[in-house]
Parts: sequence; C-alpha cells; structure tokens
Amino acid sequence: MLTLEGIEIAQGDFLLAADFTIAPGRKTAVIGPSGAGKSTLLGALGGFIPLRAGRLEWEGRDITQVPQGQRPIAMLFQDNNLFPHLSVAQNVGLGIRPDLKLTADDKASIALALDRVGLQGMEARTPGALSGGQQSRAALARVLVQDRPVILLDEPFAALGPALRQEMLDLVNGLATETGATLLMVTHDPADVRRIADDVIFVEGGRAAAPQPAKALLEDPPPALRAYLG
Amino acid sequence: MAQRAQPIIGTTGIAAGTFVVLAVLLSFVGLGLRAELGRGLGPAEWAAIRFTVVQSALSALLSVVCAIPLARALARRRFVGRGLLVTLLGAPFILPTIVAVLGLLAVFGRTGWLNTAFGALGMPEVSIYGLHGVVLAHVFFNLPLATRLLLQGWQSIPAERFRLAAQLDLPPRMVFRTLEWPLLKQVVPGAAALIFVICLTSFAVALTLGGGPRATTVELAIYQAFRFDFDLARASLLSVIQLALAGGAALIALWVIPNFPLSAGLDRKLMRWDARGGVQAWVDALAIALGAAFLLLPLLAILLAGLKGLPQMPAVVWQTAGNSLWVAVLSVGVLLLIALPMAGWISTRQRGSAEAIGLIGLSASPLMIGTGWFILINPIADPVPLALPVTALINALMALPFALRILVPPMRDVLVTYDRLSRALGLQGWSAWRWLVLPRLRAQIGFAAGLTGALSVGDLGVIALFADPDRATLPLQMYRLMGAYRTEAAAGAALLLLAMALGLFWLCDKGGRWHANP
Amino acid sequence: MRRTLLATTLLLASQAGAETPVLTVYAGDYFTSEWGPGPKIEEGFEAICDCDLQFSTGDLLPRLLLEGERTKADVVVGLTTDVTARARATGLFAPHGQDKSALTLPIDWTDDTFLPFNYGHTAFIYNETTMDAPPASFDALLEMDDDVKLVIQDPRTSISGLALVLWVEAVYGETSAEVWQMLAPKILTVTKDWSSSYGMFTDGEVDMVLSYTTSPAYHMFAEEDFTKKAAIFPEGHYFMAETVGKIAGTDQPELADAFMAYVLSADFQQMIPTANWSLPSALPEDQWPEGWSELPLPEKVLFYSEDEAEARKAQAIETWRSALSQ
Repeated sequence: MLTLEGIEIAQGDFLLAADFTIAPGRKTAVIGPSGAGKSTLLGALGGFIPLRAGRLEWEGRDITQVPQGQRPIAMLFQDNNLFPHLSVAQNVGLGIRPDLKLTADDKASIALALDRVGLQGMEARTPGALSGGQQSRAALARVLVQDRPVILLDEPFAALGPALRQEMLDLVNGLATETGATLLMVTHDPADVRRIADDVIFVEGGRAAAPQPAKALLEDPPPALRAYLG
Repeated sequence: MAQRAQPIIGTTGIAAGTFVVLAVLLSFVGLGLRAELGRGLGPAEWAAIRFTVVQSALSALLSVVCAIPLARALARRRFVGRGLLVTLLGAPFILPTIVAVLGLLAVFGRTGWLNTAFGALGMPEVSIYGLHGVVLAHVFFNLPLATRLLLQGWQSIPAERFRLAAQLDLPPRMVFRTLEWPLLKQVVPGAAALIFVICLTSFAVALTLGGGPRATTVELAIYQAFRFDFDLARASLLSVIQLALAGGAALIALWVIPNFPLSAGLDRKLMRWDARGGVQAWVDALAIALGAAFLLLPLLAILLAGLKGLPQMPAVVWQTAGNSLWVAVLSVGVLLLIALPMAGWISTRQRGSAEAIGLIGLSASPLMIGTGWFILINPIADPVPLALPVTALINALMALPFALRILVPPMRDVLVTYDRLSRALGLQGWSAWRWLVLPRLRAQIGFAAGLTGALSVGDLGVIALFADPDRATLPLQMYRLMGAYRTEAAAGAALLLLAMALGLFWLCDKGGRWHANP
Repeated sequence: MRRTLLATTLLLASQAGAETPVLTVYAGDYFTSEWGPGPKIEEGFEAICDCDLQFSTGDLLPRLLLEGERTKADVVVGLTTDVTARARATGLFAPHGQDKSALTLPIDWTDDTFLPFNYGHTAFIYNETTMDAPPASFDALLEMDDDVKLVIQDPRTSISGLALVLWVEAVYGETSAEVWQMLAPKILTVTKDWSSSYGMFTDGEVDMVLSYTTSPAYHMFAEEDFTKKAAIFPEGHYFMAETVGKIAGTDQPELADAFMAYVLSADFQQMIPTANWSLPSALPEDQWPEGWSELPLPEKVLFYSEDEAEARKAQAIETWRSALSQ
C-alpha cells in the first residue's frame, strides 16, 4: 500500500496537495488539465521533487527521504529513458546493478526480459539503432528487471503514434498484471483510462483527488472532470 | 537525504582543486625558505611589467580582430579541403614555441620568404624585430584559438535565422547587425581575455623577436633574477605580480570566456543563404588565403628545414623523444586525474567560479613552481629522478584551464540531461563516471588530452634546471644540438617535435571521437 | 688451501666490484652529449682511476645554490669565469691543489679554487662570402653602415653576452654608453642564449654574430667550411674560460684530486679542441690538433679579475640596457 499522508508540493507559486492511499496491485491513471501537476505528483513520488510537508509511506515504511534509486519504485520519463552510448543490454543491466557488474544469472534475466518485450537478439544494439517503439520496449525491459512493486509512467509513450502507444500500454498492462505491480500512469486520453485503469486520480486546482473507480467516474464525471473531458 | 543520490559529488573534485592550489602555494613556501632579501624591483622590472601588459593586450586585440573575417569566411563558405584546412589552422596553437620561432623567422625574417619576395618586387624590407614581432608571433599562436572560438559561435547561429534573413533580403550590413553582432559581443571579450592571459606568461617569443632589452617580459625578468642574480626574493615577487596580473584578468574574464568547441562539428554542412558572390566572395577568399598563408607558411618552413636536417639527427634524439613522450603521457594522466573530478565538482555547482582555480597553474611561472618544488624535495629526496614527474605535473597544471573549459559545459549538459534517469537507477560515484560521464564525454576528454599532450611535448620546462644526461627531453635536446653548432640537426629535431605535438593531438582527438557516441 | 685462497680472492674481487667508488661530476648541460667532451672524459678517467665517473647535468650554479651543503657533487665542471665569484661565495669549494705553472693561458691565472680547463675569447663571426669588407677593428665595427646587422646575447642570461658588455667596458670605459648607442641600430635582436644567436647567423638572418674566436674551427674541422671567420680587433678581445672546482665536503677527496690532476693532463687537454670547440688551458700550441694553431687569435687579451668584474658588472649592464631600450 502506497500512502500519501498530508503531502504538499511547492514549486514557486505552484502548490499541489495530496492525501490518500493506493492499494497494492491497482492500476491508476492520473489525469487532469495541462499544468495541473500530474508530472509533479509522479516526480514527487519518485523523489525528484522535494515535499514541503507530509510523508510518503510504502507498506508502512517511511520513504520520504529515501534516495530515488532505492525507493520501491521504477519510473519512466517523457524522454531520456535510455543512455544513448550504452547498448540495450547495458541499459537494461543498469536496472539490476548500477555498476554493471553482471553475473551470468543477471545476463540471463536481461535476455529473458528482452525476450518478454519482443527485443530478443538485440542486446548489442545501441538505442540509436532502434525505432521509437523498440526504444520504449527496451526501457520497459529495464522496468521488468528492476522488479519494483511500484511502476510510475510519466507519459513515456507520448511521442509514439496512437497504434504503437496502445500496443505499449497493453504490454505494460500485461507486465503489471503478471508481476502484481502497482501502476501509476499519467495520461490525457480517456480511452487509455478505459483500457487499463482500475482507478483514476484527477489532478486539478492544486489538489490531487483520492483515487476513484475508473468506470464509475468516467460514466458520471463531476463538473470539473466533465469540463476537462469536454 | 535525497540530495545524496546525485550521480557526481564534489568531494574528489574539491580534493583535486585543493591539490592544485597547494601545488602552487607550496612551491612559494619553498621559494620563501631560501629567499634572502634582494634588491626589490628596479626600473628594469617595472619596464618589463609595462611591456608585458602592453604586448599581451595588443596580441589579444589583434588575434581577435584578425580572427573575425577569417572565422566568418570559413563559416559561410564551402570548398574542397575546408575540413582539413580548419584542422590545420589549429596547429600553431599547439606548436612548441622554440619550433614556431624558427618557422616565423624563415618566413618573416630579414632573409625570409616575405622579404625575399618584397626585395624581388623592389619593396622595402620589413623587420620582424621589436614589439610588433612579439605581437606577430603571439597572433600566430593565438589566431587559431580565436578563430576556432568564433567559428563555433558562428555555427551556433541556427540556419533558420539565415533563412529568414534571406527571405527578408537583408543587406549584409543588416545581417551583421541582427545576427553576427550579438554573437561577437558574446564571444569576443572572452576570447580576448583568454589570449591576454596566455600572452602574459610568454617567454621565449619575446626573447628572440623582441629586438632588445626593451622587449623584456615578466617571465624573462623572472628568469634573469633567478639565473643571473639568483635573487629568489625578486624572482618570487615578480612571479606573484605575474600571477596577480593573470589571475585578475582571468577572474574578470572567466564570466565571459566562451566554451571550447570540439574539432567535430566545425565542418558541419550548413546552408548559408547570406553567402553571396561578387565582392563579398572575394573578401572571404582573401581572408581565407591570407589566414592560411600566415598560419601555414611557417609550418611549411619548419617542414622543409627539418627534412634536410633529419638524416643528420644523432640517435640520441630518438631517446629524448621517448622521454618527451613519457612526460606527455604522464602529463595527460595527471591532467585527467585533476581535471575530471574538478570538472565534475564545478558542473554540480550553480556557479562556475571555482574554475578560476584552474587558471592558477597557467598564470604562475613554471620556472618558479619547479624551483620551489626542488627546494622542498631536496632535503627529503633526490630531486633528479623526480625531474620528469615534476615537469609532467607542471605541464598538466598549465593545461588545466583549457581542459576545464573543454570539459565543464558538456559535463553540465550530461548531468542535467541524465540526472533523473541516473538517480532513478541509483547510478552514483564510480558507476556514474564509468557508465555515464566518461562515455558521454569521450570526445571532449580526447580533445583535452590531445591539447595537454601537445603542449607538454613542446615545453622546455623546469627540466633544464636539473636534468640527468639520460633524462633530457626533446626540446632540451634541440637546444643542445643548437648549442653544439648542429643547426641542421636541430631543425630535424624541431620537425620531429612538431610531428610529435601534432601527432599526439591528432591521436587523442581522433581516439576520443572514434566510434563516438550518438 | 689453494682453493680457499682462490675463493677468498674472488670474493674480495667481487666485493671490490660491488663497491666501485663513484665520482659524481656536475657538468653543464651541453657537456655530456655524445658529441661533447663528457663521454671521452669519462672513458679516459675511468681507465686510470678504477672508479665510476657519473655525470649529472643541469644549470650548474642555481642547482648548487639550491642544494647547498646537501649537494651530491664531488667535482663541478663548467663553471664559467662570470659565475666563479658567486660559486666561491657559497663556501662549497676547496682549493684545487694543482700546479698552475702548467697552464698555457694568455693571461696570468691566480685562482687557487677554480681551475680553468679551456678558454676562448669573444669575437664577432662573419661569413666571408656575404661580407666582403669585415671591420678590422672595434672602432671600424662601430662605424659600419647600420644596414649591417648583428645579433648578440643578453648579458643577464648568457655568459657571452656578459663578456661582450665587459669587453666594451674594457675597451671604451667611460664612453661605453655612446658605443652602445652606435651599436644599437646595428643590433637586429638580443637572444637569451648563444645557441639562438648562432642559429640566426648560420641561417643567414644576420651578418655577424657575437660568438667566440674558436667558432670558425667547428666549421673548418667538422664541416670543412672555411667561409666563417672571426673578426680580430687590435683593441683586444675579452677572455673567457670554463673551470673545474672540487667540492670541499666530497666523500671522495682522493678521486676528486685525481680528477683535478687529470684535467691538466695531456690526455684531457687534447680532447678539448675538437670536443669542446675551445682552446685547451694547459697544452702548448705545438701540441694542439692539426690545423688549430693556424686559427687567427687576438694579440691582445682583455680580462677583468673576478672582483673587478663584479664591481663593474651591474653598471655596465645598466648602460647596455638603457642604451638599447631607447
């Protein structure tokens, strides 16, 4: 269980408050108008944006001050998810050991992860030699080997075409279901929400609302959400 | 604390910076131990200080002024061999001084190519000796640097702006005002300041081309105080003045010193819509032709004289070339050990003022640092076997400010771009260096290493003070040949020196960019 | 028994071999290069001393001053006559203990500490193929057309440069300032050391170079080039010598003494002309290598004693500097 206890995030004039819990294994979409603070919320969970107040807990353990890489979280950003100078295998390997001192077992799990995302045999390539979709798959393979209970997606597939994006989301969905991971994803598209999300966090007016069941919310949105969805 | 997770922390960088400051400070402690009250500064020393400032200012100004038309022409013209020309034009900057003076004399001397041509045309002889000779030599050394900095600036102007200028049919004057003038305002002061600092510590150039004692620089006055009067107090005092002059100029300049461009990218194809034909094309052609002639003819002279001398070179020259290579490799190693952590430290700070530490090594007199260390080492150990390492350290210190200029801006970029990803993956410390910084900065590291190696190979350095017979370096050997009437063999050694400096630079630079990262 | 004796002898011999005494000789930088006198001297002395002669090169005086009592030198070779005063003042040197009557110098050598091993005189060298009317006297040099260009060395960094300043002082005394003013327009440039000057001369950049009376000998005997000549002036030429000194605190006093004696030996002296391109200090002219006695040398030799040179030096340099700075 991920607990956001009286959290306040301040960035200059911008303020965002959140106070709720997310049950383990749930898939949650974070939606809201541009500039409302969706990425900020995920950034704060990932440890990239300091909290002004409140605390963050994972299964009862305070992780507010835990360094980013040591949180029970794997995260994908809008861009720069891969190091362009390292091979696909090395990029994925960093998810196991940041010093890349990989054992034979590690290498086997890298190959397995690549296989799972459909990049079998592409270990030696550099990201530059991959298509946009393949790059996303490589990043997902790393999330897989990181094996963290929480996955945060800050629109990593935004640059892909609609069909490819759906394919990626399905892949993520499948992976999260397999591993039982808790998934939080920022999205603009109600269709994405319908496809994947169990719950929705609506971010608006300086507040991230507690997660609501997706289906019910979309069928009968409150006025602010209705305005956003149009 | 979440802060601790940043990929590169400053501790080793601070240690490296402290080491640099201590290396210089301790040498002054050493000098202080042995300095007796000398006669202080006389009119000769004050004249030297004045001359140094004047020639440095003139050299800086002229280098930049000449670089503007050359860089502009190179930026907007495309022709066969342009890439090679841009590379070759960089050569004088890494040329050993003693070699360069030979080349300059062969071209601009009384019986040089220029005056021979003038004589044939019935024109009066032009003298290279005097203040203008010193300035000419300094422009020869530093025009490449200024050109490279400006060329980089020019190519950083987006092609779209030139497209817009072409669409609006702006006349050349307006293109200059709207596109080029803002760039010049940004790059020129810094380039001039950097060249000013480099010229302050000039030594050998002023000797031969100065024409007499009025062209005495501070560095030469230091040498005289040390060699002739053994007045360590006066030598140290002059050294401190030189440090203050250079340090002062550097501190002011640091805010405006532009980033160092890599050789890569300077041959980037860029459509320039403002490159017109007619008069403008002729002006550009003239700028390129004059610039190339000025920078390349002395190199050609060294090559021709050297080829004649090569067969006469005694075998020992090769041994000393080996020593020089060893010093250069050691210098590069020391430099990277100091510069990389320092660059990492500076890159993680908001402001880059710590980079000023790097300029200490360049502005302090190498002779004084070497002597100071000799005094410190002597009671503890035999300084003679340490002559080469100490020389390597001093050479590394001299190259440090250039290396930092090359490394800091891209390192800052890398750390910003991959900050979140590195933190998310827990990439820190050595792993961050090994898997992020070093591979991302390979090209810049190669460039800095090449520059250091080349500068180090050509430096006579403190080795002259206490070299064992079998520890001589190539420049020292060249002097020995000249001192033994072997002028032709010395020209051969000069060519070897030139080839080594350029070769080392080329090797490191290419090595850095070979299979370079996307 | 015999076997034991043999073993003992061998043992002793090997011990002696392991402890071959080392004579450390500090020498000027040019000295030990393969074309310099160093290698031959090492070979010659080791043949008679049963020791290991080791050269250590560098900038002699600064190094001695920096090292002080801790110096590892036993003997110092190559201290020029312009720095002996300063070297003497360190108190590091012991009397040379050699018989000065063996010296064949053109001046009377009275120094009991520093022993000269060569000598020469300052002179302006010209190329007779490009200069058909060389000056026949110092006065004529001053009266030359200003188009004739000279290169000289800085008296504050070079011994030959200092010798020139003292030469002018010795010939012209009070009127030195005017002499320098007459020379100034002819002086193309002033270099830090002799090598740079001489290189400019051989490259044809200047008409005359301040060098030594023995410089033509190199071209004659090493290159078979007879066009380089020293202009000999009746006003006299300034004398210069390089000396050997024995360090008082040496741990090899006998070897050091032996070396000092070796310096005056015919073996050593005969090496000097062709390895050092200077004149031997203790060798009658009839024993000079072939051709050397035909070298034109000055009739009159000028030399200031150490004290006198010290007294005049500063003022003479200042006269030079201010005249050439205008």
